[in-house]
Amino acid sequence: MDKQRLWLNVGVAATLAVVYFAVDWLIKTGIITPFQQLNLYLIGINIILAVSLNLIVGFTGQLALGHAGFMAVGAYISAVLTTKIGIPFLPATLAGALAAALMGIIIGLPTLRLRGDYLAIATLGFGEIVRGILINIEYVGGAAGLIGIKQYCTWPWLFFWTLITVLFIKNFINSTHGRACIAIREDEIAAEAMGINTTKYKVLAFSIGAFFAGIAGAIYAHYFFLIQPNTFSILKSFDALLLVVFGGLGSLTGSIIAAVFVTLITALLQDLAQLRMVIYAVLLIIIMIFRPQGLLGTKEVTFEVLCKKMGGTTWHCSK
Amino acid sequence: MALLEVKQLSKTFGGLEALKNFELSLEKKELVGLIGPNGAGKTTVFNLLTGVYKPTSGTFYLEGKCLLGLKPHQITSCGIARTFQNIRLFGDLSVFDNVRVANHWYSSYPVANAVLRLPSYFKYERRMSQRAYELLEIFNLLDKKDELAKNLPYGEQRRLEIARALAAKPKVLLLDEPAAGMNPLETKELMNLISWIREEFNLTILLIEHDMSLVMGICERIIVLDHGEIIAQGTPEEIKRNPRVIGAYLGEEAV
Amino acid sequence: MTEFIQQILNGLSLGSIYALIALGYTMVYGVIQLINFAHGEILMVGAFAAFFAITVWGANIFAAIIIAMIASSLLGVVIERVAYRPLRNSGRLAVLITAIGVSLLLQNGGLMVFGTDFRAFPRVIENTHYKFFNGSITITSYQILIFTVTVVMMLILQYIVQKTKVGKAMRAVSWDKDAAKLMGINVDNIISVTFAIGSAFAAVAGVLLGLYYNTIYPLMGLMPGLKAFVAAVLGGIGLIPGAFAGGFLLGITETMVSGYWSTKWRDPFVFIILILILIIKPSGLLGREEKEKV
Repeated sequence: MDKQRLWLNVGVAATLAVVYFAVDWLIKTGIITPFQQLNLYLIGINIILAVSLNLIVGFTGQLALGHAGFMAVGAYISAVLTTKIGIPFLPATLAGALAAALMGIIIGLPTLRLRGDYLAIATLGFGEIVRGILINIEYVGGAAGLIGIKQYCTWPWLFFWTLITVLFIKNFINSTHGRACIAIREDEIAAEAMGINTTKYKVLAFSIGAFFAGIAGAIYAHYFFLIQPNTFSILKSFDALLLVVFGGLGSLTGSIIAAVFVTLITALLQDLAQLRMVIYAVLLIIIMIFRPQGLLGTKEVTFEVLCKKMGGTTWHCSK
Repeated sequence: MALLEVKQLSKTFGGLEALKNFELSLEKKELVGLIGPNGAGKTTVFNLLTGVYKPTSGTFYLEGKCLLGLKPHQITSCGIARTFQNIRLFGDLSVFDNVRVANHWYSSYPVANAVLRLPSYFKYERRMSQRAYELLEIFNLLDKKDELAKNLPYGEQRRLEIARALAAKPKVLLLDEPAAGMNPLETKELMNLISWIREEFNLTILLIEHDMSLVMGICERIIVLDHGEIIAQGTPEEIKRNPRVIGAYLGEEAV
Repeated sequence: MTEFIQQILNGLSLGSIYALIALGYTMVYGVIQLINFAHGEILMVGAFAAFFAITVWGANIFAAIIIAMIASSLLGVVIERVAYRPLRNSGRLAVLITAIGVSLLLQNGGLMVFGTDFRAFPRVIENTHYKFFNGSITITSYQILIFTVTVVMMLILQYIVQKTKVGKAMRAVSWDKDAAKLMGINVDNIISVTFAIGSAFAAVAGVLLGLYYNTIYPLMGLMPGLKAFVAAVLGGIGLIPGAFAGGFLLGITETMVSGYWSTKWRDPFVFIILILILIIKPSGLLGREEKEKV
């Protein structure tokens, strides 16, 4: 069993390495067009957003609608640090993410006591407050936004942060801490009665989610080199929620797959933005009515599952 | 000194007195039944003792330590665990994980160890799994360990709830209608199981039950509640003959 | 001092509109404990219905309001039937996400059908400025219209809820759905009626917003919808008097912030109020605390 797992890990690592170097080569040789490259970044950003929001909504069961707010905090703090103070990209990103996580704790502590729908509205309000405050700060350009950010975020950074986000949250979920979060989603009163400090875990999930949303913001700022408060409106939070629901509330692989596909479809239907959103909205409603746990539900796409689906009993499928 | 000492516990819900001056003293390894008609305040006692409700007045001690005002999860870590009348399992978690969740409070490890997959993560996870295996074995649920809790038949869900409560390492176990919805055979098995775990885990048990055969069969002492007040207590034999109890159950005219 | 009175007057007319919207939120929340995120979009559809009634059919303002009410009511009932009813026994999360879906659908559907442009709302009546105290205080005929319409609607609602059979049934359903069913009340119909009434009020608010700001566009419902929700929470969600109190209070606060501080701080200020009320008294100014049953 352990040996099998080891081989599996080696296989996954090898695949990731191949993907990394292949894309790196494609970018360096210029085979990838700028438009394709842009979508590559959007895929990475969306994966980070979806996976981190899934931790809060899908795994811990807390409907938070302020993800764009955390993203904005990460984007603005990191961008101010690199452009105005001249701090390198990595510490600036971390500072942005930590600031977002801190915001998560500050906003989470009082509001996570609230029942589901009140939490949704409180976090939504938080996102709007962040946006509103940014509009009022002339130092960061007010409503016109912050310009002149250097394009520090290169493919290695994007790959690294996406990988770190997924690994971090996957390992968190598959631990006693992750089980505590899922228990809260399933039945908060029972979780509390079994000795889980529900407030602590809700705030923890919330701040981890906020941290990575902050990372996504930093990447966004340092690739698109212009950030405006209105980029991080409530509609951005809804976008992230769409990905989580499409992929499945409580499925990390689902979130990743949804982030990839939705980004690609968005790129293809570029000229039909409203039609696309209408389709997404209808899909969202249909999924909620017929499959409320999302397309993949809580299932994960693993190698074992794939093998079983293909009917194979190859060497690493047989336990 | 008694293990669990409850003094003058009262709870009022917006003018309605759900519980009045409830007194209880549980000795170590005692098995006491709490009975009474519907709405007598039995579950309120459990909700007060586990911190779900804050009492209007009164207090309670476990091993001499005052637990008043503690949060439910803190009370659990002091040594009181419970089951619920209307089964509250973690439906979308596996049977195995349901039990492991209750291990959390005493065998956790730092988040960083989980994220970085440090050796202590594996060590503690193994320890938690080991304990979950043992409990599932005792409750005859081991072959169902990978099933989702919501897919278990009713009787097994009740058993799983007790297993989960035990995983929280209680000194005092509160069982809220453990035999509800069970047939006589299942109830009989449950009786044996409760007696057995009491010996095995050195437990003190307080149980609410409507099934009189179960209560009379295994409880050493019975407390009868009616309209939030204790109307009688004593051995099963005494309770059976107590006219106030008979009155409470059958209506005053029958006395 | 005169400026203060002027701000209060301006706040009252804006607050009237919020109160009308908040009412729909609060009524729907009262009967099925759902935050109907699509409420702002129902308002938008009402405003557009009135717009077309005036510009295409040449309707007068009162006929336009009636048409808008009918259009929005139908939409509200259809939304409830199609999207919310199948989920009545699902978790809160699913219903809330569905409500967000409906909102996104109507926003983008609106953008597709009506186009992305702002449209000038026709000036159906003369907007006369009445000046008092040597011109230091101005009351416009629009403000009078908005305020009068709101008060009339409020009285109608009070009559429906307190005096009619339907109103009694609505209160029964919001108190206890199962018991209401046992008493022979058709719960489904009552929920539909609630959506119809709430949506009709939103339509009126939509038309008044069109008059107030002179423009309408497909995303016009988003912000007023959110703010009216804040008003409903502020007053105590599920309570009809709470919606009015919250609406007026919010309207006055907004005009005060704009008048004495800065219009740019108006929106963040509203949401800061929301967070504060949720932290200090989640049941709202007029609400009472409740606890979950174990």
